Amino acid sequence: MPHQLAWLIFLLPFFSFMLIAFILRPFLLRWYRLAAYVTILSIVGSLGLSLWLLNTVMGAAEHRLEIPSVQWLSIGDLNIQIGLLADSLTAVMLVVVTVVSLMVQIYSQGYMKPIAGDHEYSTKGYMRYFAFMSLFTGSMLGLVMASNLLFLFLFWEGVGLCSYLLIGFWFHKASAANAAKKAFIVTRLGDVGFLLAILYLFLNTGTLDIEAIHALAAAGAISTVVITWAALGIFSGAMGKSAQFPLHVWLPDAMEGPTPVSALIHAATMVAAGAFLVARFFPLFEASETALTTLGIIGGVTAIFAATMGLVMFDIKRVIAYSTISQLGYMMLGLAVGGPALGIFHLFNHAFFKALLFLGAGSVNHATHTFDMREMGGLRKHMPWTTATFFVAALSLAGLWPLSGFWSKDEIIAESWDERKIMFVLVAATAFLTAFYIFRVFFMTFGGQYRGKERHLHESPAVMWLPMALLGVLAIFSGWWGVTGGFGSFMGHGETHSFVSGFFAFLTDPVHHWVAWLSLALSGLGILTAYAIYSARWVSAEGVGRAFGPLRTLAFRKYYLDELYERVLTVGALLNGLFRGLEVADEKGVDGAVNGVARSVMAGSRGLRRAQTGQLQLYGATIALGLVALLLAVIFLG
Amino acid sequence: MSIGLEQYLLLSAVLFTIGLVGALSKRNAIIVLMCIEIMLNAVNLTLVAFYRYGGLDITGMVFALFVMLVAAAEVALGLAIVFSLYRSRETVDLAEMDLMKW
Repeated sequence: MPHQLAWLIFLLPFFSFMLIAFILRPFLLRWYRLAAYVTILSIVGSLGLSLWLLNTVMGAAEHRLEIPSVQWLSIGDLNIQIGLLADSLTAVMLVVVTVVSLMVQIYSQGYMKPIAGDHEYSTKGYMRYFAFMSLFTGSMLGLVMASNLLFLFLFWEGVGLCSYLLIGFWFHKASAANAAKKAFIVTRLGDVGFLLAILYLFLNTGTLDIEAIHALAAAGAISTVVITWAALGIFSGAMGKSAQFPLHVWLPDAMEGPTPVSALIHAATMVAAGAFLVARFFPLFEASETALTTLGIIGGVTAIFAATMGLVMFDIKRVIAYSTISQLGYMMLGLAVGGPALGIFHLFNHAFFKALLFLGAGSVNHATHTFDMREMGGLRKHMPWTTATFFVAALSLAGLWPLSGFWSKDEIIAESWDERKIMFVLVAATAFLTAFYIFRVFFMTFGGQYRGKERHLHESPAVMWLPMALLGVLAIFSGWWGVTGGFGSFMGHGETHSFVSGFFAFLTDPVHHWVAWLSLALSGLGILTAYAIYSARWVSAEGVGRAFGPLRTLAFRKYYLDELYERVLTVGALLNGLFRGLEVADEKGVDGAVNGVARSVMAGSRGLRRAQTGQLQLYGATIALGLVALLLAVIFLG
Repeated sequence: MSIGLEQYLLLSAVLFTIGLVGALSKRNAIIVLMCIEIMLNAVNLTLVAFYRYGGLDITGMVFALFVMLVAAAEVALGLAIVFSLYRSRETVDLAEMDLMKW
C-alpha cells in the first residue's frame, strides 16, 4: 500500500467528527445510533491502517518510513511542512490509541445509552459525545504522527480542548464545569513552557522539523544550555498533560466526565501524551544530564506521592485517577533511567489495564449509580464479567508475574536500582502501595456484602463487558512483547535491556534477581495487606486509619495542595496581589493616560474658544496685523 | 517736484490704509461698506497708475474696469444684506452680529 495512506489514520476520525457534528446531529437525531456506528467504523479503519503501519515499520530499515509531506506555510525564508513521522514510537502509539479508543467507543454505546426523560443521558448528548470522542481520537492520532513542532502543538492543544469538552460534558453540573476549567487552566500552565521551548528551539536551530532538530543535537550543533532549557520546557508541557507533581491537581477532578472518557483520555491516551512527548524528544533529554535528572526526580516523587493519596479515597474513580498519576510518574522515571524503550513499554501496558480499570468502574457505576465504594460491596455475585476483568487488570497493575504490568514495572524498578538508588527506594515502596490501594478497591467493591440501596444489581450488557474482556486479554498478554526484549529492540533499534530475555530469566539474572524477588514480594504483601484489612478483616480499617491519623488526614485532604493553590496562589497571590495591582495600573496608568490626553485637549480648547468671537472685524484685523508683521519680517529680516 | 508713479502709489497706499482701518474699526455696516469701496478704489488707482507708467499694456486698465464692475455688484449685494439685517434686528451695529460665535 502507498505510504500516503498513513494520512487517513488521523483524518478518518476527523471526517467522522464533521459528519456527526454537521449532518447527523442537526438533522438525523432520530437515528442517534448512527453517531456511534460512524465513530466505530472510522476508528476500525484507523486501527486497520495503524496495524498495517506497525507491520510496515517493523519491516522497514531503521524502523522508519518516509511519508511525503505537504507545504503548509511559507513566510519569507520560513517554510513549514506538515508531514507525518512514522517510526517505531509512532507505530506503537497509534496501535495503543486506536485499540483503546475502539474498545471505549463500543463500550460507550452501552454506557451513554439515552434514557427517556433523563437530561444527562439524552440522544443529543449521545451524538455530541461521539462527535467529541471522534475529534479527540483524530487529534491524538495526529499528535503522535506529526513530524513538525508546530503541527504537533496544534494537535497537542486539540487533545487539551477535547479533554476540556469531555470533562465538562455534563456542563450543567457546576462541579463538572469547574473541573473542566481547572483541567484546561492547569495544563495550560505547562503548555506555556512547551510553547516557549518551541520558540527557543526555533530561534536556535532555525527549523521546526523534529528529526532535523534531533540531527542537529546529535551533531553537537546546539549548545548544552539551549538543549537543557528546551528539554525542560518540553517537560513542563509534559508535566501539565501527564499530571506530574505539582501540576497533578486537575486529573482527580477530571473524573467528573463520563467514565469512558476517563478510560480513554485520562488513563490511556491523552495523559500519556506527556510521556510520549518526552520520548519523542528523547535525544534532547539524553544530551542534558540536568533534564534527565529532573525527569527522574519528578517522575519518582509523583509516583509515590500520588499513590499515598490513592490509599485513602473512597471514590472508586478517584483512586484509579491517583493510580494513573502514580503510573505516569513511573513512565517518566522509566524514560529517565531506561529511555523510550522502557518508558513507552510501560505506557503501552498501562494503557490497556488502566483503561480496563476505568471501564470496570463505569460498569460498576452503571449498576449501582454511585462511585462511592462505601455503598458497594458484594458485586462479584451480580457482575461476574466485571469482577473477572477488574481482577485481571488489578493484578496487572499490581505487577504480578506474568501479567503485562510486571514486565515493564519490574524493569523500571531494576533500572532505577542501576541508575538512581534513591528513586529505587521510592518506586519499590510505590509498588507496595499500588498493590494495596488497587486491592483495597477490589475488595471494597466486589468482596463482602452489598452495602448500598440499589435493588436491581445487574451485569452490564454485552456491548459493555465484551470490550472489557478484550482489554482483559491485552492486560494479560501485552507485556509479553517485551519478554525477550522484543519491544526494547523495536523501540531502541536493536538495543535490548538487562534481564528481559525469557519468561524466567529475571529470576536467574545475576544482578537483578533479588530486585525482581523484592518487587514481587512487595506487591504480594500489598495484596495480602488489603486482603487482611478489607476482606478477611483481621484488622479493622478504622483501627488502621486511627493509627495513621494525621497522615491519613493529610493524604485524604490531598496534602492541602488544592487549598494551597486556591487560597494562596489563586486568591492570595494572583487575585489580591497581581490582579489587584494590574487593576490599579490599568485604572491609574492606562486609563489615566487616555483620560489625561482628553482632559488636556478639553482644557486647551476651552481657552482657545475665546478667540472665536464671531466679530468679523476682529478676524480681519488679525489678518491685517499678521500681514503687516510678515511684511516687516520680510523687509527687516529677509 | 513732478508727479510720477511714486506719488500715485503713495496716495493709493494711504487710501487703502484709511479704508482698511475704517473697515476693521467702524461699527456701522454702511460705513464699513463705504470703507471697502475706498480700498477697492485704492487698488484701482494702483492698477491704472501701473498702466500709465508701465508701457501702456492694456491689462491694467481692463483689470480696473473689472474691479469696478465687481464692486458695483458687491455694494448692491452688501446693501441688500444690511437692509435685511436692519429689518430683522433693528440695528446695523456690527458688534451685535455675533451669530458665528461658538
